[in-house]
Order: sequence, then structure tokens, then C-alpha cells
Amino acid sequence: MWNDFFKYPGDSKSDTLSPEGKAAAHTRRVFLFKAAVAMNAIVGAVLAVPLLGYILGPSLKKSSEVGSWIPLGSIEEFPMGETRLAEFVSPVKSLGDGETAKVACWVRRTSTGSFQVFAINCAHLGCPVRWFAQAKLFLCPCHGGAYYETGERAAGPPERGLFQYRTRIENGALMIHAGDMPTLATQAKCTGKPLVQIASAAEEKA
Amino acid sequence: MAETGKDLKKTAIDEGLKLYKWVESRLGLIQPAVEAAEHPTPSNNASWWYVFGSAATVLLIMQVMTGVLLALVYTPSAGEAWSSLQFLNHNVALGWYLRALHGWGSDFMIAIVILHMLQVFIWGAYKFPRELTWMFGVVLLLLTLGMAFTGQVMRFDQDAYWGLGIGASISSRVPLIGAPLVHMVLGGPIIGAATLSRFFTLHVFVIPGILIGAVGVHVWMVLKHGVSDWPMPGRIVLKSTYEREYHELVEKTGIPFVPDAAWKDAVFAAAIMFSVMACAFFFGPFGPGGMPDPTIIQTAPKPDSAFLWIYAVLAFLPTEIETPVMLVVPVIGIAFLLLLPVFFGEGERHWARRPVAMLTISVLAVGLGIFTRLGMYTPWSPVMNAWSGDATPPQYIYGKTPLEREGALVLQDKQCRNCHQLSGQGGQRGPALDDIATRMNEDQIIRQVLQGGGNMPAYGNALNPSETKALVAFLSSLRGQNLTPAVDSTRGLVQQSSMPRPPEPVPTQTP
Repeated sequence: MWNDFFKYPGDSKSDTLSPEGKAAAHTRRVFLFKAAVAMNAIVGAVLAVPLLGYILGPSLKKSSEVGSWIPLGSIEEFPMGETRLAEFVSPVKSLGDGETAKVACWVRRTSTGSFQVFAINCAHLGCPVRWFAQAKLFLCPCHGGAYYETGERAAGPPERGLFQYRTRIENGALMIHAGDMPTLATQAKCTGKPLVQIASAAEEKA
Repeated sequence: MAETGKDLKKTAIDEGLKLYKWVESRLGLIQPAVEAAEHPTPSNNASWWYVFGSAATVLLIMQVMTGVLLALVYTPSAGEAWSSLQFLNHNVALGWYLRALHGWGSDFMIAIVILHMLQVFIWGAYKFPRELTWMFGVVLLLLTLGMAFTGQVMRFDQDAYWGLGIGASISSRVPLIGAPLVHMVLGGPIIGAATLSRFFTLHVFVIPGILIGAVGVHVWMVLKHGVSDWPMPGRIVLKSTYEREYHELVEKTGIPFVPDAAWKDAVFAAAIMFSVMACAFFFGPFGPGGMPDPTIIQTAPKPDSAFLWIYAVLAFLPTEIETPVMLVVPVIGIAFLLLLPVFFGEGERHWARRPVAMLTISVLAVGLGIFTRLGMYTPWSPVMNAWSGDATPPQYIYGKTPLEREGALVLQDKQCRNCHQLSGQGGQRGPALDDIATRMNEDQIIRQVLQGGGNMPAYGNALNPSETKALVAFLSSLRGQNLTPAVDSTRGLVQQSSMPRPPEPVPTQTP
């Protein structure tokens, strides 16, 4: 019945219809109903645009647009050769974030003017890694990922080293570029340039 | 007096009937509902094994009720959710009990849904004509697990926060759309207000809505096809004959579902409800754990019991195949569950005639059990405070040389114990060291310590030569119950070889 209903009158597929059936498919009421259905389809399609736009809003933002440079504190707070926990308030925090706007990171000062700032998130599944100064290792409590003091992968399930923030020194303050929560797909980015990889840390210093 | 009493009773009944007729002539739902409840069912399925589905429904109703009541107080805001749970636990009268009911109800519901699914699978009840009923059941299982995961997020404590981080990290592994997907899951660039709000929306509006609708369709199909008859070996399900045979069985042995079969459902549901109430009363609510402050990193995040097996699997997957397994295996698994009745819609139903199905389900059950058990004590995780918390057992130091004792100190100080046990204490990431000297000789121990390998980090940078020497001396003295130490098998050959050996150094005489 529905098949017949949606057939275009005069369509060769409607040939099986009886003359009365064809006539019934031609009535004004049927035409008006079809027109009304089409109207609703158009209205629905137009309505879908803002709804989808609203839902997809967060994912349409490019990672490179997120984040900015923020100070971690005076460089004097980080003794040479040591790795210390530092925290900052995310520059991308929004209304009602509360405590969750805070972010922790590990700061390693390698020389007077060079720093490595590691994300707290394990490169495996994002759990918070802890620094063990005597063993010179970062250990993850979730699945046992281990990293050396340089952030390189040492053991366990992570497929790469720790994520690193870009750093610079401004008026004696250590600045990092922070934004996205660091994951394999969303590393803190700055002007479209990918996050410093462990391998290119040397170039960065140069 | 007696006359008037009788009259009054008669009038009351008449008035009641009149009211019923007034309502039913307008509503038209009571009569069909009563008929559906009294539908005849084969007497052989009025069994204690057929009670899980109704118990799951009763639990769902309780979850909706307690959920609505909790929502009266809970604040779905990242800044206040945790405090509002503390407020519920401590300041709201019986708030703790409502939270406990909802939490234990969730665990019981997952358990009962899985039991229901197992029963249907083992009894072969997913076969024709109940294929779509099974498919809706699979969807209901996924929705139930979805409620459990989003519910864990509602508890907005450290486990919830880092659990979201794990969710985002898994999403980030999806090729091409990884980054947009992470933002979609989190509702923004970081875990925060937007994240909790969207999980609240899922937990309170979206998933329950679909869940209740899908339960309705599921139950509708149960009524349409009737509760499956008890499987018998040799009674084959064929699309051409099954429905006729089932109707004959109902004609011959049918009993009204309510009350002849349903009383068992009711007894079981009451027992389950009582168990939930008792667990809630005696064990109390779940958490919340530590507050969701990401700068408090002294935490070992862990998912709720239903997801522990996934947590365990993620610890064991080799790095190279981890991402494909994470992304592909769930799709295959769910597709297999959904399509099961399409491929096996006919044939034997009795378990004795379905060895492959029974073997598969046994292997799956044992596997899930093992991984869940492992997830409970996470042997792969370093014990973060073992180096300072677990002392070296005295018998390992007694009678040792000063160098060996110094090595014992190095072992503690360098946090080796976080991954290695001595006398049953310490981490289990690496092997226990109680008898390490019976498995490795001195050279091998030195190489392993300095260069690492086999999932052990290299300690070359963390140990100076004297620490290494002391550590190796101590490790070489660990021979379990005084077993024979490991030796280099080529050593004997070197000793016996005819090669001229350099002269032994003459010990210098000290005056």
C-alpha cells in the first residue's frame, strides 16, 4: 500500500496499478499530503543545521586555536638538575570548571636557561605520572608505564615518551604554552606547530 | 444492622465496578494489560531459571526512582558535584542510603542483565522467532553498561576524573577524527564543566530514555512470541515448524503467566531487591573518593567493577597492536553478539547438543573472570610507596657482608621494590627477587640493572659504580632457600682450558 502511495503517478513502475488506483494516486488530497510531507522534510533539514552545529561545536574548533602562553612561576623556583611538580590554571578554563581547571605538570631544569615541561598525563591512557627522583623515573599508577628523566619511554605500554609543553623564558618567568588536554591526537599546539617531540628537544634549545 | 452492612458492601462493590467501567471505557488499556498478563505460557518454562529478565526490569524501576530522588540534591557542575555528594552523604537525611541503593542497584542490575543474557544464550532462546528480541537485549546490555560508565562519572571524584582522561585517550587513538572526537567526548579542550554536563545529560536524559523505550519493545516482543519453551535435545528449531509446535505446546500444557508462572519472578525480584537494600544498608554508598583536583596526583585511578576487565586487558596488550585491538575488537564483538541469531537462528537449542557454543561461553566467562580478578589487584602497576613502606625482611640481611647490606639499602633507596617483591611484599610488575641469584649470575644481573630490557627501565643513569657494585652483591646473595646459585656454564670450560692462564697475583704482604 505504501509502495503504491509513494509511486509517482504515470511512473512506469505504477503500470501495475488499476486505473482506479492511478486515479486515486492523482487526487488533490494525495498531492497536498505529499507536498506537506516535503515541507516538513525541508523544515527538518533546516532545523538540523543549528542543532548539529550546536552538538558538533566543541569538535569543530581546531586544536591549534586552543590555548595560550601562561607563566609557571619564576625560574628561580626550579633548581638546576631537579624535576619538580608545578601547577597552573588552564588558560582554556570555562564557567564552572572549579578544581578541574587546575593542571599539574613536571618541570625539569636542565641548565640555566633550558627547561623541559612534561604533561602530567601518561602517553598511554592519560593517568597522572609520578616522579621518582632516586630511580630517575616517571611511573604511571594505571598500567605501569615508565619514562626516563628526559621524558623518553623507558618501559611499559606507552608507545612514546611523555608529552612536552613548549617553553620560553620571559622576564625571568618560565612560560609554557598550554591548551588541550594532552592526548595522542590533541597535544598542546601553538600557531599550528606540533608539540615538541622528545627527539626534537635538542633543536628546540638551539 | 446486618442487612445494612451487606447493602453497604454491595453498594461499594457496585460503585467500584462503575468507576472501573467509566475509566476503562475511556482508557481501554486495563483489559488488554490483564489479558497480556494472563497469557498462557508452556508449563515447562515456569522455572526458576526464567526469572532474570523481570528482576532486571524491577531493578531498572528502582534505579529510575532513586536516580530521580538523588537528582533533587545532586549538582551536575564540575565545581560542586563532589561537594554535593558529600552533602548527600552527610547532611541530607538518608541521602547516604539513597546513594547506596542507586550504587548497589547498578552493580546488581549489571549482574542480573548478564545472567539473563547467559541464560538466554545457554537455553538457545535467541533462535527463531526471537532474533530481534535478542538484538534488543544486546542493545539493552550496552545501554546498561553505558549507564554504569556515565554513572561513575557522576560520582565526580578522582577515579571519575582520570577515567574520563582514559576515555579521551582511547578516543584520541581513532585515526583521522581523533582530535575532534576527544573534544566531542570532553565537550571542550579539557576535562571540566562541559564534560560533566554532557555525561549528566547522557546519564539522566539520553540513555535512560532509550533504555526505557527499548525495554518496552523488548517486552512487547516477549509477549508477541511468548516466553521460550524449555529446550529438549533433539527438538529442532525450524522456521517452517517452530511457531506451530510452540502453539501446540501452549494449547496442551499452557498455564496463565500470571499467577502460575509469575509468582517465581515475583519471589526472585523481591529477593534481589532485598539484597540490594541489605548491601546498601550494610556496605553503604560508593565514595565519592578523593576530590577531582587534577593537581593531586597521589592517586591510582581504577574503574568500577564492570569495567575492571577492560582496564586489565589494556595493561597486557602489546604496544604495537594496542590501538587496533582497542578500536576494532569492540566493533567485532558487538557485531557478533547482534548478528548471532542471524547466523544461528535455527537448529538445536539444548546445551548438550551445542558444544561449540558452550565452549565459547565458558572460555569467555573464565577470561572475563580472570581479567576482572587481575584488575582488582593490578599486578602490573608499580606499588608507589613500596620503597619506603615495605622494609627489607631481616632474614635477607642477617649474616650478610657490609657490601651486601649496603646493596640492600640501594635496593630500597632506588625504589626497586616498587616493582619487585621481597618475601611477598612490594610491586609485582617485575619478578620477585627472593631467589634472583639462582636464575641470573652476576654478569647477567649487572647487565639487567644497568641496561634494563624485558620491560625493565635501564638504571645506568640512576646508579653510580659503587651503588651498582653493592646492589649486585646483595642481589647475588639472594638464593631463596639456599639454592644453588646460577653460574655461567662456560666458566668451567675456561677453568679447564689448556690456554696458559696469567699467573695469580701475589698478595702483597702488609706489615
